[in-house]
Formats: sequence, structure tokens, C-alpha cells
Amino acid sequence: MDLSGKDMLGIKDLSREEIDLILDTARSFKEISTRRIKKVPTLRGITVITLFFEASTRTRTSFEIAAKRLSADTINISASTSSVVKGETLIDTARNLESMNPDIIVIRHSAAGAAHILAGLLEQSIINAGDGAHEHPTQALLDMLTIREKKGSMEGLKIAIVGDIAHSRVARSNIYGLTKMGANVAVCGPAMMIPMGLDQMGVSVHYNMEDAIKDADVVMMLRMQLERQKKNLFPSLREYANLFSLNRNNIKLAKNDVIVMHPGPVNRGVEITPEIADGPNSVILEQVTNGVAVRMALLYLLSGGRK
Amino acid sequence: MDAGEIERSLTRIAYEILERNKGTDHLIIIGIRKGGILLAERLRDKISTIEGTEIMYGALDITLYRDDVLTTGKRPEIEKTYIPFPLDHKRVVIVDDVLFTGRTIRAAMDALMDFGRPELIQLAVLIDRGHRELPIRADFIGETLPSSLWENISVNLTDDRNKDEVVIEEG
Repeated sequence: MDLSGKDMLGIKDLSREEIDLILDTARSFKEISTRRIKKVPTLRGITVITLFFEASTRTRTSFEIAAKRLSADTINISASTSSVVKGETLIDTARNLESMNPDIIVIRHSAAGAAHILAGLLEQSIINAGDGAHEHPTQALLDMLTIREKKGSMEGLKIAIVGDIAHSRVARSNIYGLTKMGANVAVCGPAMMIPMGLDQMGVSVHYNMEDAIKDADVVMMLRMQLERQKKNLFPSLREYANLFSLNRNNIKLAKNDVIVMHPGPVNRGVEITPEIADGPNSVILEQVTNGVAVRMALLYLLSGGRK
Repeated sequence: MDAGEIERSLTRIAYEILERNKGTDHLIIIGIRKGGILLAERLRDKISTIEGTEIMYGALDITLYRDDVLTTGKRPEIEKTYIPFPLDHKRVVIVDDVLFTGRTIRAAMDALMDFGRPELIQLAVLIDRGHRELPIRADFIGETLPSSLWENISVNLTDDRNKDEVVIEEG
């Protein structure tokens, strides 16, 4: 089986079978990163450009490592060091990069739909590494890989997603993915951070942390994205932390073998206490390890059929 | 080839491997996915029984080392490689069901080199069907089966060993 599109723009477009294909492939790729020589020759001659208009450590590094472990060449462009500061438009930047014949372009941009624009414009495979508050498909895929590894499957699990849902592309991509894979998703956050009509995405909506994480198999905490909030949505971080942080008291409401996830970067003491972030239920660093495997799988699956 | 012939070929190959390598010191059997896995397991069991000692065993998916991995239309499925030990100074016997163009074995040797520097690599196959495209030959062969390029040769092994068979079909 192959992926149906040339691009990876969002989880919304994927079928359950495609998600399984990516996760199965990623599971096999994981072993490569444990070898002494952590490199296979598969993507020799493939050029991957990462084009980041927003800050990133994990995602950009993860894509670069993934590409290099498959022997692809990588070029990293970040907005602050590119001609974007001279006023070049996204489309002009993309057209110019296209003229240098890369094979895959990974883009992160603060505007929702930026990856879609490039995908329609360019022949290259486009991978969305986060577009505004819209989607972050590789994060959802690595989350799903982690859940599947820990719990066997996602079918029937209770998965709580807690935090600033409205500004979270991670939440959106995970809601699409986890509901497709048969999980029961409970989202939770302050009312100001829950978008209207969310229940139509097949999730239950809670405004109270205790309801959301009760008997949960997985608790996914989101980062408070202060940089995306145009105006203050809550009185104080301390109040938010009191009501919506995961701590040693409320985690007892979840199942004993609950796994605690966070896409990073963690605001310690805001959405999660350090003892939980570093505790035995936390799989936060395993998520990062799985991120490399998932991105290797995607680069491999999107590099097909070249002459 | 029927079940009995396959079984006797494997027994002979097990003895040949032991004779050539003077025992099981530093010996590792590695099956190539998917066709070589069951054969490698059976060879490992036979050798272990003959010598009365456990021998090391691994499984290798060579897809990522194939020379046509980006040019075939479909993405081949990737399965797990399982080689949980360094291959430095080891005597590695790679096992596959059918030796044909030799390209799979070229890929397998490249892959193995990424796990260390073996003392030597030997190749055991159940069927050698000819038509090599690379200068590669097997050290241990069950049966040489001259074939035409239009035929498919499939080795069907089952857990119920009585139903094992090698069949030649028109392609």
C-alpha cells in the first residue's frame, strides 16, 4: 500500500489505513536509530529542504536527523536568516527553492494553510511541520505511535487532551487522528480556549479537569501558547495552573497505568508539574524518539516512484 | 521439491556449515526477510541440536538497501531488522530461500557491514535458480534449479512441515 497523496498536509486527509501504514513503517525504522551506524542508504540523492518561519528545536532537528539517517541531503532555512527579512513573499521564496530542484520541502509557518498553498503550487512533496493553529500532522503521528506502543492500539482508549485547545494545532491533528483510530477523546480547557462546535469533531468537551482525566488511559497536556494569544484569555498563569495543571493529586483520577504526554516545549509548573513531567508515567522523551522514526517513515513513503 | 527433500537438504546444509566453519564459534545465522526467516530458524535449530549449543540468530530486512527502492512504483513494506549484537569478528551465514539475480544478497551484505566488520560472510540458499546479474555465488545450496526468466519459483514453508514445497509456476 502507498500513501494516496504526494504531500503530508494534515491528519484530516488521511485514512485509517494510511495512518496504520505510516505507524507500521515507523516501527520498523525505529531500529535504525539504535544501530552503531545509524544510517541507511535509501534516500541517497534526495534533497530535503526544511523551511521554518517559526521557532523550533524539536521538529526541525527531528526532520533533519530523520532525513540524514536515510542518507538524504538536508538544507535548513529559517525565516530569521533568509530573504524573508528582506520582504520576499512565501510564494516567491518557494518558487526560488523549487528552481534548485529539491525533492521534499518541510514547512512550518504561522499562517494556517501555508503548506497547502505550496502543495498546490509546487511539484515537490510538501510536509506540513505546523501551520498556525491548524495542523501539525507529524506530531499527531508520533503521539499515535507512542500510544500504540504503550497500549497496543488506540481503539476504545480514553484519551484526555488538556489545555489551550483553540490555539493548538497539536490538539487538532490529534483529534482527527485519534477519533479515526477509534479512541474516545475528551478535550478540556478554560471556556475561552475551547473553540465553538468542537463537539462536532466527535469528542467530548469538558471545562473541568477532573471530569476529563477521570479513568483516562492517556493524558495529553498542551503547552500554554502565550505567543499565539492576541489578548489575555485568562487572568493569570497561576490561576490557570491551579485549575488545569496535571499534578500528583489529580493524576490519581486517571487509570493507574496512565501515560502522560506533552508535545513540548514544557512550561514546567504551568500545565504540568515537574514531578509528573519527569515521573514514571511520563513518556515525553519517548515521544521525541518516536518523532524521528515517524518522520523517517514519512520521508520514505513520500519519496516513491522517482525515475 | 517436496517436504522430505527440503528437510534433507537443510540437514545437509547444517552439517556443511558446521564442517566449513569448524563448529559454532562466532557463528551467526541471519535470515533475510521474508523468505529466509523460516529457513534460517530451521537451520539454527538443526545446528543447535547437532552441536548441543545455542547459536546466535538474527533477521534482516534489506529493503532500505535495495538498488531499486526509489524507482519501483510502490513503496515496499519495511519490516523490523533484528540483529541485537555487533557483527565484529563473527562468522555470518546469511540465509535466503531463492538465489536469483544476486541483488538481494548485495543489499544484504551492505546492510550487514553497518552492524560491524564480520570475519566472513557466507551464503546459504535453498534454491539457486541462476540468472545472476552480479558476481555473487552461494556457499551452501539446497538444489540448483535451472529456470527460465518467465517462471516464478516459490518456496512455501509452513509450520506443519509435511506441507512444505517448492513450486515452479509460469509467470
